[in-house]
Amino acid sequence: MTRDLATVRDLVRETEVHRDVYTSPAVFDLEMKHVFGNAWVYVGHASQIPAMGDFTTTTIGTTPVVMVRQGNGAIGVLINRCPHKGTRVANEPCGNAGRFFRCPYHAWSFRLDGTVAAIPLPGGYENTGFKDSTAAQGMTPVGHVHVYRDFVFARLAESGIGFEDFFGEGLSSIDNMVDRSPVGKLEVVGGVLRYLHKCNYKMLMENLTDTCHPMVAHESSAGTAVNVWKTMPEGTPRHPAVEIYAPFMSSYQFYEAMGIRVWPNGHGHTGVSHSIHSDYSAIPGYFEQMVAAYGEERAKSILDTARHNTAYFPNMTVKGPIQTLRLFKPVAADRTMVESWTFRLVGAPDRLLERTLMYSRLINAPTSPVGHDDLEMYERAQDALHADANPWINMQRLYDPGEEAQASAVANGTTEWQMRNQFRAWKALMREAAP
Amino acid sequence: MTDHEAIAFVLHEARLIDEQRLDEWLDLFTEDGRYWMPLEMGQTDPILHNSLFYDDKILLRIRIERLKGAKTYSQKPKSRCHHLMQAPLVERREGGEISTWAAFHYVETRLDEQTLYAGWARHTLVVEDGRPRIRLKRVDLVNCDSAFGNIQLFM
Ligand code: FES
Ligand SMILES: [Fe+2]
Repeated sequence: MTRDLATVRDLVRETEVHRDVYTSPAVFDLEMKHVFGNAWVYVGHASQIPAMGDFTTTTIGTTPVVMVRQGNGAIGVLINRCPHKGTRVANEPCGNAGRFFRCPYHAWSFRLDGTVAAIPLPGGYENTGFKDSTAAQGMTPVGHVHVYRDFVFARLAESGIGFEDFFGEGLSSIDNMVDRSPVGKLEVVGGVLRYLHKCNYKMLMENLTDTCHPMVAHESSAGTAVNVWKTMPEGTPRHPAVEIYAPFMSSYQFYEAMGIRVWPNGHGHTGVSHSIHSDYSAIPGYFEQMVAAYGEERAKSILDTARHNTAYFPNMTVKGPIQTLRLFKPVAADRTMVESWTFRLVGAPDRLLERTLMYSRLINAPTSPVGHDDLEMYERAQDALHADANPWINMQRLYDPGEEAQASAVANGTTEWQMRNQFRAWKALMREAAP
Repeated sequence: MTDHEAIAFVLHEARLIDEQRLDEWLDLFTEDGRYWMPLEMGQTDPILHNSLFYDDKILLRIRIERLKGAKTYSQKPKSRCHHLMQAPLVERREGGEISTWAAFHYVETRLDEQTLYAGWARHTLVVEDGRPRIRLKRVDLVNCDSAFGNIQLFM
């Protein structure tokens, strides 16, 4: 079934969306073209490719790309496809290409900017007009790449919204995560947890600011952690994992008061005044390092910012206070690859990294009880949405008819405004020409 | 502990998991015991590199209590599992510790889905209160760095 853009836009209403946005392969194909073609999408972190020729492979929507450190130290992003017969050129998650990418099929080689370096038996192309072919242009570079404090984003479309305009104030959450390093630097470490979800990627994006679910869906994991902890003998030192689990059980009042902020272009975050990350034990020596680096006032203001999830439209989120990044990679309408990345705060004590990894393992891994709680809900929804009975999904909580006119705002922490904000951005990109 | 006792213990341990006698299973661990499933082939560091599991006894207890919970929706209906173990080998005896190694296939099922995992279990056993106990159970999956769906029980 094909779809045109106008009818697809009708699937998104002010306070409800049609289930086809989660289930229809035709809608998914349009999203890959228009949403992922026109948005700035996260592709990786500069610390993953320190040396010339270092590369990582990933996807922008479903387009395979390779992020590479070029000879001049710049970071490039190329479509990961040989212009000859289409073979994927770089196949490992990460590696080093040396000075050239070499296609394993017929040994065409490409400079790190994608241009053709050599083709075996070149005489065969003489007087064929090959120079004017698209193949002669080499591996296609993604036209627009922006590196912001070592976070690398790319936009497939030749023209469109600029990086700063797209993210605007939203970049403040990346700033806060980076500023938590006494030397202002992050490093990707600890490996990547990859968790396959049989659901649409947008369910994960919406869950980021769904603050009415933790005390319900996670009672099984977080509630059990609290109960098990109560049985421990008095005076047992606070267990770091219980410290991670327990805040999920906070009350509705806690979540209402923590606040949600929305920004233009579908970005936003939970935890304006406080969050489930506010009350972790201090790691010895860290605060002193921060004060030495930034002065007491600024160090306090960096560390008091306890934003919970910052949703970067269309498919990425960071948790500054715990130094994690999750990428929701769309695979199909009903398949999403969730990657959880973790960062070392360069210059800070290792115990911070230890906590970051524990958080990721307990909350976001295929072996995480909290992950099981969430995925069960997404998969039940993905299955049941096929029913035609009532095809609309509600997102009306704390809706204000005037809200669309407000580009940025802070609201009650249980509002579904950010979910509506994401769909408004989605709908807007569904008008843009595909790249 | 004789070699034979160590081998019988490792097989019994897998059986307790398959029969979901998880309180008895937990009791096999020493107080400082760990259940470790690395994320990387040949991983040596469980602290500053991530793992699929690196649970102490409290974390295991939380998981086990959760599996029993009335509001554990990802266990409605419940998962089941099955180990097929190769005969364990006793690899090493050192300072009161015995290390065993065993290749296994493990199947976890729920609803209409069945997922097969393959790997190697390494047990570090000690004798405490006159019985063998687990100080470390390390499970290396042959595809430890693959993407997975839910892994809800224990291998
Ligand atoms: S397909 Fe790449 S060189 Fe032929
Ligand atoms: Fe959740």
